[in-house]
Amino acid sequence: MSTDLKQKKFRSQSRTQKVSLSATYIILIILAIIWIIPLLWIALSAFRCEFQPDGTFIGRVTSNFFPKAVGLKNFKDLFTATYYGVPNAFPKWIFNTLIIAIFDCIISTFLVLSVAYCMSKLRFKMRKPFMNLSMVIGLFPSFMSMIAIYFLLKSIGLTGNPAHPEYSVIGLILAYSAGAGMGFQVAKGFFDVIPNALVESAKLDGCTNYQIFRRIILPLSKPIIIYQALMSFTGPWMDFIFAKVIIGADNPAHWTVSVGLYSLLFGTHPDTNLFTQFAAGCVIVAIPIVTLFMFLQQYYVEGVTAGAVKG
Amino acid sequence: MSTKALIAPSINSGPSFGERLGKRFSNFGKRFADGSPGTKLSHLIFGAGNFYHKQYIKGFLFLLIQAAILAIMIFCPSINNTPYGWKALKNLTLKYTSMGGEFDPVTGQFTTGSDCKLMVLFGFVTIALIIVYFFVWNLSINSSYKADMDRKVGKKPATFKEDMAELLDSRFHILMLTPTCIAAAIFTILPTVFMIALAFTSYNSYDMNVLGTNLFEWNGFRNFVAVFTGEGSLGFEVHNRFLPVLGWTFVWAIFATLTCYFGGIILALLINKKGLNGKKIFRTLFILTIAVPQFISLLAVRNILGEYGPVNSMLMNAGWIQSPIGFLGLHPTDSEKLAKVMVIIINMWVGIPYTMLMTSGILMNIPADLYEAARVDGASTVKMFFKITLPYVIFVTTPYLISSFIGNINSFNSIFLLTGGGPTYTGYQAGGTDLLVTWLFKVTIDQGMYNTGAVIGIFTFIITATITLVTYRRSKAYNEEDTFQ
Repeated sequence: MSTDLKQKKFRSQSRTQKVSLSATYIILIILAIIWIIPLLWIALSAFRCEFQPDGTFIGRVTSNFFPKAVGLKNFKDLFTATYYGVPNAFPKWIFNTLIIAIFDCIISTFLVLSVAYCMSKLRFKMRKPFMNLSMVIGLFPSFMSMIAIYFLLKSIGLTGNPAHPEYSVIGLILAYSAGAGMGFQVAKGFFDVIPNALVESAKLDGCTNYQIFRRIILPLSKPIIIYQALMSFTGPWMDFIFAKVIIGADNPAHWTVSVGLYSLLFGTHPDTNLFTQFAAGCVIVAIPIVTLFMFLQQYYVEGVTAGAVKG
Repeated sequence: MSTKALIAPSINSGPSFGERLGKRFSNFGKRFADGSPGTKLSHLIFGAGNFYHKQYIKGFLFLLIQAAILAIMIFCPSINNTPYGWKALKNLTLKYTSMGGEFDPVTGQFTTGSDCKLMVLFGFVTIALIIVYFFVWNLSINSSYKADMDRKVGKKPATFKEDMAELLDSRFHILMLTPTCIAAAIFTILPTVFMIALAFTSYNSYDMNVLGTNLFEWNGFRNFVAVFTGEGSLGFEVHNRFLPVLGWTFVWAIFATLTCYFGGIILALLINKKGLNGKKIFRTLFILTIAVPQFISLLAVRNILGEYGPVNSMLMNAGWIQSPIGFLGLHPTDSEKLAKVMVIIINMWVGIPYTMLMTSGILMNIPADLYEAARVDGASTVKMFFKITLPYVIFVTTPYLISSFIGNINSFNSIFLLTGGGPTYTGYQAGGTDLLVTWLFKVTIDQGMYNTGAVIGIFTFIITATITLVTYRRSKAYNEEDTFQ
């Protein structure tokens, strides 16, 4: 009898477990749908190819979620169109962003790693003051100094330079990467976890600090290097406001892709009928970035988790 | 360095600031009295002591820096008619600081062509150069004095090669930090100091038209007082809108932080539930919203909810509403309350996956025997969540909770891309959903009211700094930062 009761109890328990598990599935699927719908809608809009009865193209936001006709017209138009007087503007914007992202990635990653290593594994007089200063400076809203950076770059001709509008790209790279070293906290958290004993035993073996960094720390730091590189590479593709202020509204040939796409809808000559082209541009930008994230997911998660615990 | 003087006293429990300063000054005297003739001369000519000890390359480098800074100070090279050097310092002290350059006694006018903001900027660059000058001055004497000491004990002063080798070992931090120090000084600290200074000027697009293009003057605390009295060209705006914007910023930061935080924990619990298949697929789906740039995902939501978008037309087709709802306050007549609720909800869509990712790892670290023991005692799932999971996660992620609260005070994209700060009020820049940062942005970038923007920025800093000081600095993560390893 007792075994019978046990079985009954077991069965009922497994039944409640099953119910709760199916409930979890249902909730998760509903949530996943909510999370995907806006992105799906943008992707569908990119392929929408509807015409009015009189033959004009419908590029604005429409009330139907699913397109009535699909095609690649938006992509074709996007790549060949002249925006703000710049022929083939979109490919140029992509190219600018790529250049900026590559340089930002290299410079920022280098600066962050070097600062984080010093803060984590070396002890020197200015260490605490430096950490406090970086914290205090980080508390000022970045939008406050944005305009000052623009004035600064303009005074040395690295933006708003009528003779060399292309220098704005250099200016933006500097603006993105120069302050990167102040954002060392996540990488420092990572280095903190590497045991000090490793460093000390290397020192006993006569290694210099440089050799320790180069031969011991760096080979162990692949996850954090990839995390920092991913963050700084994707930054310029995601940011639109800083790029817009630094490069300037009057220099559309050297905008980054996000500034360009944003300006299609909200620029000085906004055109609601360009919405589907905007959507096509979003798809073009999102695909490589999402792919990068998916491939490097594990490193991203590691970085985020390290940042959470150490703040 | 000056930064040390500013910040060190509050944190170091070692010798007091005064003691250390005194020690430092007695050290100066000692170096001068005990040093070789070369060291003594180094007080005047950088690197003289290094030449004396035959450290030619090092001496030459010191001399070069001194010559360059002195040349700038004396000859005052100028960019866009605005000088560096002593003239820049003089410009800073003028009441009409720019005042566009120099006062012309013949015409009684200020020469036009120079640019006030550049005068202030270059003034600060010059001050920075003076700080660098004395920093290098001290380095040069030190280096010479060290060579003296080496000589005294019969050691040969370090050669340039040895000095370079030291950079790779005992002075490795100098090599590693110099690039960041230079870059951050120019592109982070200088702009911040410059903007703080602008808060004390009349620099804005309205007043400048009164004085003349590019001209502004020092204003004292008038811009800060305007927040309370409503005086000045944008006084009515800051006076009437400051408190509502500040209040909403806090409401927003509290709700945005808590909704995303607890939403993320719950989502992480759901995904990590025992026996659930397809964990990876679900997780990847949610990461998608992090990976897609916010200007894409948030503008997508904005258009979906827009006047002609699918949501409004669906509701109208169903006959639930007669005319489109202004969810996001894009028209001045739209409801402010609805817009506020909507941005908080949509922000959950953006923020929850992030917390989910972060807490997933932490959840898996909770010792399983805690749950076992609770189950034996007959605790329900809900009880276990509140008694075990939540306390554990909150304990581990407190620093994150604080930094995400501060991040939300400064959250720009969610507001700017969704509502643009709307619904707007006639005559005011700050709309119903504007946060301090988006208001700051509108006021500076759109309106050119740089002094008002700087005042808003300083208030934002005071708020975030206070929160950080009160909470973060007390936390274990900060105070035991050293011992953690």
